[in-house]
Amino acid sequence: MNFLGKLTYADLPHDPIVIGATSFIILAGLAIVGLLFYFKRGKWLWDEWLTSVDHKKIGVMYIVVAIVMLFRGFSDAIMMRTQQAIAVGDNAGFLPPDHYDQIFTAHGVIMIFFVAMPFMFGLINLVVPLQIGARDVAFPFLNSLSFWLFVVGAILVNLSLMLGEFAATGWLAYPPLSELQYSPGVGVDYYIWSIQIAGLGSLFSGINFFTTILKLRAPGMTLMRMPVFVWTALSSMTLVIVAFPVLTVTLAMLFFDRFTGMHFFTAGGGGNPMMYVNLIWAWGHPEVYILVLPAFGIFSEVASAFSQKKLFGYTTMIYATVAITTLSFLVWVHHFFTMGAGANVNAFFGIMTMIIAVPTGVKIFNWLFTMYRGRIIFMSPMYWMLGFIFTFTIGGMTGVLLAVPGADFQLHNSLFLIAHFHNTIIGGAVFGYFAGFAYWFPKAMGFRLSEKYGVRAFWCWIVGFFVTFTPLYIVGLMGMTRRLNHYEVATGWQPFLIVAAFGAVIIGFGILFQVMQIYVSIRDRKQNLDTTGDPWNGRTLEWSTSSPPPFYNFAHIPVVHGRYPFWDIKNGMHPKETTTHYQDIHMPKNTPTGIYIAICSFFIGFALIWHILWLIPIGVVGIIVLVMIRSFDYETEYVVTAGEVERIERSKGRNHS
Amino acid sequence: MLFCSIFSFAHANDVAVFAPKGVIALQERNLIITTTILMLIVVIPVFALMFFFTWKYRATNKHAKYTPDWASNETLEAIWWAIPGVIILVLAVITWKSTHELDPYKPLRSDVKPITIQVVALDWKWLFIYPEQRIATVNLVEFPLGTPINFEITADAPMNSFWIPELGGQIYAMPGMKTQLHLMASDVGIYSGTSANFSGPGFSDMKFAAKSVSQSEFLEWAYAVKTASSTLTYDAYIRLSAPSKNNAVSLYSSVDDGLYDKIVMKFTAPNKEEANKTEAIMNMQHK
Repeated sequence: MNFLGKLTYADLPHDPIVIGATSFIILAGLAIVGLLFYFKRGKWLWDEWLTSVDHKKIGVMYIVVAIVMLFRGFSDAIMMRTQQAIAVGDNAGFLPPDHYDQIFTAHGVIMIFFVAMPFMFGLINLVVPLQIGARDVAFPFLNSLSFWLFVVGAILVNLSLMLGEFAATGWLAYPPLSELQYSPGVGVDYYIWSIQIAGLGSLFSGINFFTTILKLRAPGMTLMRMPVFVWTALSSMTLVIVAFPVLTVTLAMLFFDRFTGMHFFTAGGGGNPMMYVNLIWAWGHPEVYILVLPAFGIFSEVASAFSQKKLFGYTTMIYATVAITTLSFLVWVHHFFTMGAGANVNAFFGIMTMIIAVPTGVKIFNWLFTMYRGRIIFMSPMYWMLGFIFTFTIGGMTGVLLAVPGADFQLHNSLFLIAHFHNTIIGGAVFGYFAGFAYWFPKAMGFRLSEKYGVRAFWCWIVGFFVTFTPLYIVGLMGMTRRLNHYEVATGWQPFLIVAAFGAVIIGFGILFQVMQIYVSIRDRKQNLDTTGDPWNGRTLEWSTSSPPPFYNFAHIPVVHGRYPFWDIKNGMHPKETTTHYQDIHMPKNTPTGIYIAICSFFIGFALIWHILWLIPIGVVGIIVLVMIRSFDYETEYVVTAGEVERIERSKGRNHS
Repeated sequence: MLFCSIFSFAHANDVAVFAPKGVIALQERNLIITTTILMLIVVIPVFALMFFFTWKYRATNKHAKYTPDWASNETLEAIWWAIPGVIILVLAVITWKSTHELDPYKPLRSDVKPITIQVVALDWKWLFIYPEQRIATVNLVEFPLGTPINFEITADAPMNSFWIPELGGQIYAMPGMKTQLHLMASDVGIYSGTSANFSGPGFSDMKFAAKSVSQSEFLEWAYAVKTASSTLTYDAYIRLSAPSKNNAVSLYSSVDDGLYDKIVMKFTAPNKEEANKTEAIMNMQHK
């Protein structure tokens, strides 16, 4: 047994693109560490952020990592669009298949697991405890651990760029292609362990927020008084709890096939690849609702705030959300009507899928009638909202089309399908997160984002989106399948793919404007300070505390009398409790244990990828010891004295709750 | 809409799914159009309302009515549960009927005797075996016009998907499994066939020509293939099945009996050594 397992000199990067990317990542990393030491901020970063169990800080860190990973996922997208725009006839393009296949796999994995998921968890972390009037989540330490496990997943994905290779199988790694027989390299192992470790973090977060929402609501906040975003978060977390174990087990079985020579999904030896396809989609379909439901919640908040009107049809909104949550488990077969199930099975799953269009349509009408007889303020969250309704409706329409098995036989796995799911995931989830980012940014940071750059980013995104994906719908109907590295001139696809590449560049400008927006907003923060804590004339509790909120969120836990507690206080319907008598507050202590456990998980993941057997027990024992030490630590909380609270509240010049 | 305008750039005949050359593709295209029209009943009003409300209720328009506390109306909400509900009900009926009508496993109704073609997806080429004619081809499938074709599909490679867009919808090709697809060409021509499911580095060149010819031309062609120099013995098949990219068309004048079933069944034994052992034991028993 080699000391470094399968890892050899040959696994270091040799391709110029990869060497460039690797050097960039290493240099950027060194530059950041250097700057931290130069400005002596290393200790501050460690004490105040990295080891923090404050849900707001964890939320911010999730979003920072999501944005960094968005650059990586988008670079992959630009490379794919460029390759397909030029690789026609004798021109092989600039990416040979073995590299190109890794890029489209990484693009899918990164965008779903390491951009969309953390962006969603970031916003939920930031907002849910504030909206329900809680001081933190139910399990603050677990929250920190979840975040760091996710970071380890993200590190493993990026490490595959430098050491070895990533999976070249497509983002769901269907066997038998992903089995040892056809993918002998470490790519699929990187895939398995980055998702397993990050997925464990997602599951912990799901449990954490499910408990937080059910147990930590402020007194008086009944279920039907919860903000819609909290409802959608609850639904999404329910799906996480039920669906992620399926993913974990499925990938564990694939791992056992590869590592110990089992035959769950192999082509021969009694394995059944079709079982994998069913299992992975039993997670995969709920996953898209995990991503999009919180976005629906964000749009509900935004539509109401920027139409200056109550949300229309709160009750139907909740029923529709719960209906979608339930139905999302009954539709997975629509991802593979073409696998040869009988007509009864296909028709059943097709019809179940279409039924989801009904509650989704209800939601869209409710948002429209929230705008009806409102006073609509056009600011960037509202732009994203309107862009969402337009884009998502088209995505919904093509989705119902794909749900009809007879039509799906002609559209499946073509670029029509690709255009469809980008319509729903970008138009639905991503636009939603951007809306939420602009909407809650002042709450998290204490100053507003630059509106000018926000609107510019929006227009680039929406125009770029349609310039990219409309041609993809058409080439799909022309018979172009997904994941093609090159094609013939006679197909007539090239003009469309050139337009699509151009569209991706426009989206690139959108991202550039977003970076500019953050930079300009930080630079000019003094002019855009949110001193009121309530920049949008909000209705829910997060706006009742200062921006940014004190670490304990609320000096007094608010008492809720209706659906819009802060609105009622502002309008004198429920006078706020004017007591100035402060009480001691118990808060969780920061801890680095989450980071240490995550580091051990990294060793386990890395060891399993490269078959470095001696390292596995070190990681496992490390985790066990750390958990034991943590569980015997009885002093995980500290007291903020009433006097201290009073001092903080007075120094804000403002005394809210 | 943007969709339609860009669409007009594409020459109608280039858009394979909308230029059907077979009975199944024709029905599938009509189904796509019917479904789209049904959905537009909801989608067009949504767009109209969105643009109208956005314009009418802009904050700068102080003449528009403003009802900040108006937050529910049971009649309206019932309407938008009901209308999409009714459309989906209609669509559900269409789906149920069309799914059975267009079931890829359902043999096509015709007075003409069907032809069976066995398809094997290999790394990275398509093998076609004609059990009745006892010939085989690689990356070319030729068949008579107006004759139902019973494709029996498997793979000796990762999962692929067998798709001829102009003739009709696809079905997966999977190792150790037999899937079926029934198609019929209504026009002579050469159509492009492809794999729609990613299967590894040679996937992009995994294309074949699907040639629809008259009955007499097909017989002539099959006769000509009979004179080809290569034969597809099991050994020749093993050599062929080794991974290779961008294969040219090849023709085989004969095929080992039961080759197709042997390819399907080779995956059911626990592993190759076991399979060989089983084979050896069976041979001994025969002796």
